[in-house]
Amino acid sequence: MTIDDIFRQRKKRLNSLAEIRRSSVREACECPSCKRRIPTDVLQLTGWVCQDCGCYLTMPAADRITLLCDEGSFREMDAALTSADPLHFPDYAKKLAANRKKTGQEDAFVGGIGKIGGIRAAVGVLNGQFLMGSMGTVVGEKIARLTEYAGKKKLPLILFSASGGARMQEGLFSLMQMAKTAAAVERFQKDGGLFVSYLTNPTTGGVSASYASLGDIIIAEPDALICFAGPRVIQQTIGETLPEGFQHAEFLLEHGMIDMIVERKSMKETIKRLLVLHGKQS
Amino acid sequence: MSGKKQLTPYEKVLTARAVGRPGMMEFLDALFEDFVELHGDRLYRDDPAIVGGIALFHGIPVTVIGNRKGKNTEENIRYNFGMTSPEGFRKAVRLMKEAEKFHRPVITFIDTPGAYPGKEAESNGQSNAIAESLAVMSSLKVPVIAVVTGEGSSGGALALGVADTVWMLENAVYSILSPEGFASILWKDAKKAPQACEMMKLTAQELKAYGLIDGILPEGKRLLPAMDKMLQAQIKRLGKFSGESLAANRYHKFRTIDSLTKE
Repeated sequence: MTIDDIFRQRKKRLNSLAEIRRSSVREACECPSCKRRIPTDVLQLTGWVCQDCGCYLTMPAADRITLLCDEGSFREMDAALTSADPLHFPDYAKKLAANRKKTGQEDAFVGGIGKIGGIRAAVGVLNGQFLMGSMGTVVGEKIARLTEYAGKKKLPLILFSASGGARMQEGLFSLMQMAKTAAAVERFQKDGGLFVSYLTNPTTGGVSASYASLGDIIIAEPDALICFAGPRVIQQTIGETLPEGFQHAEFLLEHGMIDMIVERKSMKETIKRLLVLHGKQS
Repeated sequence: MSGKKQLTPYEKVLTARAVGRPGMMEFLDALFEDFVELHGDRLYRDDPAIVGGIALFHGIPVTVIGNRKGKNTEENIRYNFGMTSPEGFRKAVRLMKEAEKFHRPVITFIDTPGAYPGKEAESNGQSNAIAESLAVMSSLKVPVIAVVTGEGSSGGALALGVADTVWMLENAVYSILSPEGFASILWKDAKKAPQACEMMKLTAQELKAYGLIDGILPEGKRLLPAMDKMLQAQIKRLGKFSGESLAANRYHKFRTIDSLTKE
């Protein structure tokens, strides 16, 4: 049997509904658009894009880094930071533990230094699968540390966001991370740093209204929901239905809030081009 | 507080929201002179939910910016119930930069249920406007003093709150979002706001204990003299620093807010 045969057989197998149904929850994800269950290993090959309907699924931070950074080049920083549950919020400790188990990470942000087409950069990714990528003090602290490190080492900063907003369970501590991260990127940019903010589905609330909206260049993924107040809250407030596509990436582009929409398959190439245009060299 | 009944967190929320509670306009009247209101964001519109301008405080020119709520239905509609639109944050940013240019301290009065969650607000970049305000405030090279006078909810409150020193009135509240919003996310039931308040740690006393605010002002007859004294003392204290030091110290203040377990 040739390698091609094996690949063809494997693809056939994965496409068979029976096989998909047999996959456990952990090994497959449901496409939010066409509802097809897609095995995780297939999603990793397709960059978490549904091959049936083209929908972008929430991409785990590790897979985003694999897709962006040159093989083996990424070194994570501050991976062990954890929050102390300052409000003694009911079930927060339990929820943190469950999300740690699910993602293998201590909190919702992975940051470090990697190479993109040979160019060194500070890269950070909010993990939308960890408590909806919400920003508590660990996320805020890691973003600030990564930004300050990038400033010190004169590296470009690329932050991917996917978040429900500030993390409720840490109360006002979370709100203050908006000020912390906005201040950090402001200082970094004033010192000449290049900050590319990459908005993925969904980027909302306190994340959208802080560092994520402050990029020198702001890129969004197709159809990503990007807003301050979510559509449900707005509908409740104004009591009317919202037009289709409201608050999605294409709408933001039209309204002048982002620079461009980039397909996932062109992500690495686009970022690399931008880095080169800013005089960054490998 | 001596001799007075201690209010529950939810009672404080209701007190903070009470119609007729003194707000920015009353403080302007009582403690400042020669207020000249300045309007507009120079981009699109003047947001009546934010008031800003220049006034004299004990003879010193200062820039005053704050939220405005109505005292009746008609006023509430005009001021959008104290909910700021992007144009309001952009007006605030414009006035802060102007204060920096002319070396005036900035005083903000915060009293808002949050940034306006509306169709037009979103279309005009609510996120961007709040983010920009946070960034600009964090690096201003003049003294910045913030007072939460009523309810300070969500990013809409923080957008005027990145200050060198942050004060609250004794019955004011400051939170990540409104108790109703919190309850509807947690239990899908906004009516459970009273329970949410118990968990949110939003009172001035709780936040002072966490070190998230710098001081509390008494209410009632003691309020105006206490606010006057505080503002005078803070302007004097902060006036001793260079612009660079003020910005560096403010950066450090917010940079060090966390609740981490490990380093």
